[in-house]
Amino acid sequence: MKAIGLIIVVLTGGLLLYATQDFPSWGDPASPASTHIATYHLTKAFEETSVPNVVTAVLADYRSFDTMFETGVIFCAGLGCFVLLRLFRKRDEDSYYRHVATGITLHIKSGDIPDASSEFERIDTLWTPYDLIVKTVCRILAPFVQLFGLYVIAHGHHSPGGGFQGGVILGASVILIAIGHDMRTAIGRISEKTVHILMAAGVLLYSGIGALCMILGQNFLDYASLSRILFTNEIEARSLGILGVEVGVGITVMAVMISIYNNLSSEGRQDEGL
Amino acid sequence: MSDLVVALVGKYNYWLCVILMMIGLYAMIAKNNLIKKLVGMNIFQTSIILFYVSIGCKKGATIPILHHGAGHHGVDPTHYINPLPHVLMLTAIVVSVSTFGVALALAIKVYRKHKTLEEDEILMQLRSE
Repeated sequence: MKAIGLIIVVLTGGLLLYATQDFPSWGDPASPASTHIATYHLTKAFEETSVPNVVTAVLADYRSFDTMFETGVIFCAGLGCFVLLRLFRKRDEDSYYRHVATGITLHIKSGDIPDASSEFERIDTLWTPYDLIVKTVCRILAPFVQLFGLYVIAHGHHSPGGGFQGGVILGASVILIAIGHDMRTAIGRISEKTVHILMAAGVLLYSGIGALCMILGQNFLDYASLSRILFTNEIEARSLGILGVEVGVGITVMAVMISIYNNLSSEGRQDEGL
Repeated sequence: MSDLVVALVGKYNYWLCVILMMIGLYAMIAKNNLIKKLVGMNIFQTSIILFYVSIGCKKGATIPILHHGAGHHGVDPTHYINPLPHVLMLTAIVVSVSTFGVALALAIKVYRKHKTLEEDEILMQLRSE
């Protein structure tokens, strides 16, 4: 198998390397990729949308359909992870509790498991004593990471950023809490139900803005028609429409990242994480 | 010989992308462990992302974010790199992360059933059934 694989790889690689001689050389301003539609986007994007970041303008306006279905793909991936892994039946497994005041660990083999309270704290089976420094730093860091995520989403018009990047940063802040504390703390902050509602809400917000444009008498996702309800001119309406769909993308990406992490790291039990 | 050197230096970005892509392809074909195959697939995707981003590059141009005030009196497209590959790859990165998550979920399912991720052992188990 290894020999066959090597032969296939060498043959394919040789063909691809042979084909590169027809490619334009690196950084050539007259290359076909840089001459046709890209020139139009660069010269017209600011006039038509008043967004200085051309990447954002192309992503959420000119190629808005593409981005909407990419968001749909991410939503489906999150849903796929959930359907594949999530286990709902309660297993009769051992559970461990720690008496907070004395630090004594209780091992409960079966029967009703009490909820965590101020006196008893539930701990994971693979429990190692928590690190106070790591826990505190993660707790202090999380709101700043979230603030930065919101900045990246909201400032995507003027600087590198947007819904995808900001959503990943927001999701990472919740995953940071799940790693620094334990998974139950993170699920206590943002429950599984909330995550799944947010996952769908982001896609709904995106396609809802598209449908709203259609109700206002224009094409699907033609933000210029929003000027009638936003009381601005068409160019400003496009800019605001881009912000709206970026927020939708950010919500979906954040929720999907959290959902995938929770399902993967707990093998679908959403009980004990890493 | 000098032709080859000129071709290598002028198009080294494509050469590096092809080599990286072949490393990923080899891992997908030849490796026995399913997780290693997935890592190979990720290397393959990364090489394609690098390939697209290197296509968008222009000599002497900056990132496609217009300077303040530049948009009002005509934009010179030679001053800014091509935004389209960045748009396409921006979504592709996040989609690749999500699909990698689904692939890992499938790997967990396989591990639950067969208690191994080695391909030959899984095939042996399937044949003996």
